[in-house]
Amino acid sequence: MSISRRTTWSLRTAALVYLAMLLLLPLAVVFGRTFEHGIASAWSWVTTPAAVSALWLTVTVALIAVPLNTIFGVGCALVLVRGRGRLRALLDAFIDLPFAVSPVIVGLALILVYGQAGWLGSWFAGHGIQIIYAPAGMVLATIFVSLPFVVREVAPVLVEVGDEQERAAATLGASSWQTFRRVTLPQIRWGVAYGVVLTTARALGEIGAVLVVSSNVAGFTQTLPLLVYARADQPGASAATGTYAAATELAILSLAVLLLMTLLSPRKARR
Amino acid sequence: MGLATLYLSLIVLIPLAAVAAKAFSGGLGLVWDSVAHGVALASLEVTVVAALVVAAAGAAMGTLVAWVLVRDEFPGKRLLNALIDLPFALPTIVAGLTLLVLYGPGSPLGVNIVFTRAIVVVALLFVTLPFVVRSVQPVLLELDRETEEAAASLGASNATILRRVVLPTLRPAILSGASLAFARSVGEIGSLVLIAGKVPIASIVIYADVENDATQSAAALSIVLLAISLVIIFALRRYGRTQLVH
Amino acid sequence: MIKKHEKATRLGAAATALVALITAAAVAGCGGSSDTATAGTGAGKSKAASAPDVQLNLVAYSTPKAAYAALIPAFQQTEAGQGVTFSESFGASGAQSRAVDAGQPADVVAFSTEPDVARLVKDGLVASSWDGGQTKGIVADSVVAIVVRKGNPKHITGWDDLVRPGIKVITPNPSTSGSARWNILAAYGAELKEGRSPAQALAFVKTLLTKNTVDQPSSASSALQAFTSGEGDVLLDYESDAIAAERAGDRIQYIVPKQTILIQTPIAVTAKSSHVKQATAFVSWLLSPQAQTIWARQGYRPVLSSVLAKFSAQFPTPADLFTIDSLGGWKKVKAQFFDPATGQITKIEQAAGVPTASS
Repeated sequence: MSISRRTTWSLRTAALVYLAMLLLLPLAVVFGRTFEHGIASAWSWVTTPAAVSALWLTVTVALIAVPLNTIFGVGCALVLVRGRGRLRALLDAFIDLPFAVSPVIVGLALILVYGQAGWLGSWFAGHGIQIIYAPAGMVLATIFVSLPFVVREVAPVLVEVGDEQERAAATLGASSWQTFRRVTLPQIRWGVAYGVVLTTARALGEIGAVLVVSSNVAGFTQTLPLLVYARADQPGASAATGTYAAATELAILSLAVLLLMTLLSPRKARR
Repeated sequence: MGLATLYLSLIVLIPLAAVAAKAFSGGLGLVWDSVAHGVALASLEVTVVAALVVAAAGAAMGTLVAWVLVRDEFPGKRLLNALIDLPFALPTIVAGLTLLVLYGPGSPLGVNIVFTRAIVVVALLFVTLPFVVRSVQPVLLELDRETEEAAASLGASNATILRRVVLPTLRPAILSGASLAFARSVGEIGSLVLIAGKVPIASIVIYADVENDATQSAAALSIVLLAISLVIIFALRRYGRTQLVH
Repeated sequence: MIKKHEKATRLGAAATALVALITAAAVAGCGGSSDTATAGTGAGKSKAASAPDVQLNLVAYSTPKAAYAALIPAFQQTEAGQGVTFSESFGASGAQSRAVDAGQPADVVAFSTEPDVARLVKDGLVASSWDGGQTKGIVADSVVAIVVRKGNPKHITGWDDLVRPGIKVITPNPSTSGSARWNILAAYGAELKEGRSPAQALAFVKTLLTKNTVDQPSSASSALQAFTSGEGDVLLDYESDAIAAERAGDRIQYIVPKQTILIQTPIAVTAKSSHVKQATAFVSWLLSPQAQTIWARQGYRPVLSSVLAKFSAQFPTPADLFTIDSLGGWKKVKAQFFDPATGQITKIEQAAGVPTASS
């Protein structure tokens, strides 16, 4: 279609205004409020003991959840695409559940299973293991909500590249592990990388489920998102640099992740 | 296969089964009683309607944005394209805080819509922005311009070309993105917890119930909410997602 | 080919730099729980190389965070507090009580209302002798205050103004928040003090909750956040929280109405605590003149009469101040008003569409 310049202009303006109001302005305001009283003030709010613990806990939880979901994701993608058996369709359907389930429901579900009165709760309590109200529960919740990303990024790549090379490797006598490491993995690596980045982003930002399963104790079970929420609830929060500084810290982390996403996506698409 | 299923079960399936079990622990009647009245029902109505509005508006605006990003050229387009993924990366609590600042009482724009349904819709539009855009962009990129040019040379107006050539091709992608946006909106909590106020939101009501130790009500509302999302997800699977399992 | 390799290297470098930055920031002060942005005063977790630290888990209601931020370091300076560190959890009193009941670790519980402690006594988590001391287990007092926007644009002077048509009130949800219960009882008792009958007083509360209340967040601190974010015209809150908000720069002011209830917040050591000695020392210290002075400076009414006398200018006694005892005591009030099935207030809240508890 050939579109008149005026139409092009109006479409462009409409899109830009929409994006500005929705995306850019809110971000700008938070950054502005963070540095309103100077960088030193913002920095002191980011380096309080509680904030440092929160960052540490957020990163730790992600460092556990992401590798586990990556291993599961790659394995599951292989099963779904290269495997055989009718149960695969069921697996395929269930993988998407974490996308559909509200994070609060995830938290409730974990309490019903791992809480003191839960299905497995008494076993854990008997062995002195605290799941709910402790970091373990938060890790479980984070794993749940960030589960599907790697599978959903790797599986289409596997479909696209086809299995001829793998079959060729098998006829040449390679074991499945060798085939995987030297044939499959290089083919899917950008899909895996992109999936890992998405998983990390989701894990870093998780709040709904951890709100329910965490005891929100500063320094121990309070992740960075929970810290932002807790600070927003304090007297003077609307004027406080603290709330915005923590939010900006989180935003910077996610912008870094966003950068990785942007760098990886053409690589992934080029496959 | 076995390991994958075990992992999935421990993390996802067993916990969700526990919610279902709790929901129905008092029988179907109790589920009805918990969900079909008062704040639970109000929250279902508000949440589902908001999600539908967001899916529709998001579909329209998302398609527009995708069009501009694919067919138009202007300085800064690449940066803007990268920023579309921001809602994927940004933690939802930060999104809520930014909206509170920008569209609340201290608003530099003079717009105060916080604690109303309006800001709920705005927050959900933010969170679901990438879904439609990223769904439509690849299809638009691959769109065969020849059909459009042929139609144009046969005398079709832009509007006709749009209606009969472009949109039908885009429809599966738009619907796919819109369905994802709907499913996400229905369960969203992080961005709403600071700005919803008295507007009843299903996920916030579930949270309140859990805080109140009213786990049966929480579970009942959860199951109903989940059922609604799953219906949409399965509808989504009909509209052109790559079938992985043959 | 070379370009691709270059890009990959740059990508790898960027990723490594990011990981390094995060790890550096995180490790640079690996832990601690205090959240004040003052230059390191040693508040919170100390890294003493001497005897292993005893850590006490304090589970409290939603608003005394600033108070404990001042009290804990002072305690740690005393002999009994040497080497004692704290983890603190703040949240709606009812929700916190249920959480401890469900297994959240706690050595000291500081809730808003006595029933929140009684729940734990019932399940054996707190000894029944917890309120046998001189102050009957109460650590600090406050009163219910009416909080309005700075300048009092709606000209609120007392309880009757709250039910004026068009006045929007915020008060928390009584099933999770202790503050909410105090607020409701203050409104109810105020009407009784004005000479109205119990039925009329209940009708007043009903109007307040169903006609004028626009939002009932789950805790007092969430209610304050909603109010300062622009919701409503009036907030019902602890006087201590209002003082803290004013000091923190929120654009509000508060009124202590002539008739209001004395808020008595309890504190107890848990039975399952592994540091009973230190926990008990902490609770005892909180009742000392030194601690009570700190409470007063933080905006709480001291329970020690000698200290209260010193701050009488800051804390004038309302003319018609009443206590929970004048309403029949918590046991009676809880059963009559807040019982999850039959409570009169529970029924009103359900009619108002507010989530209520099951236990």
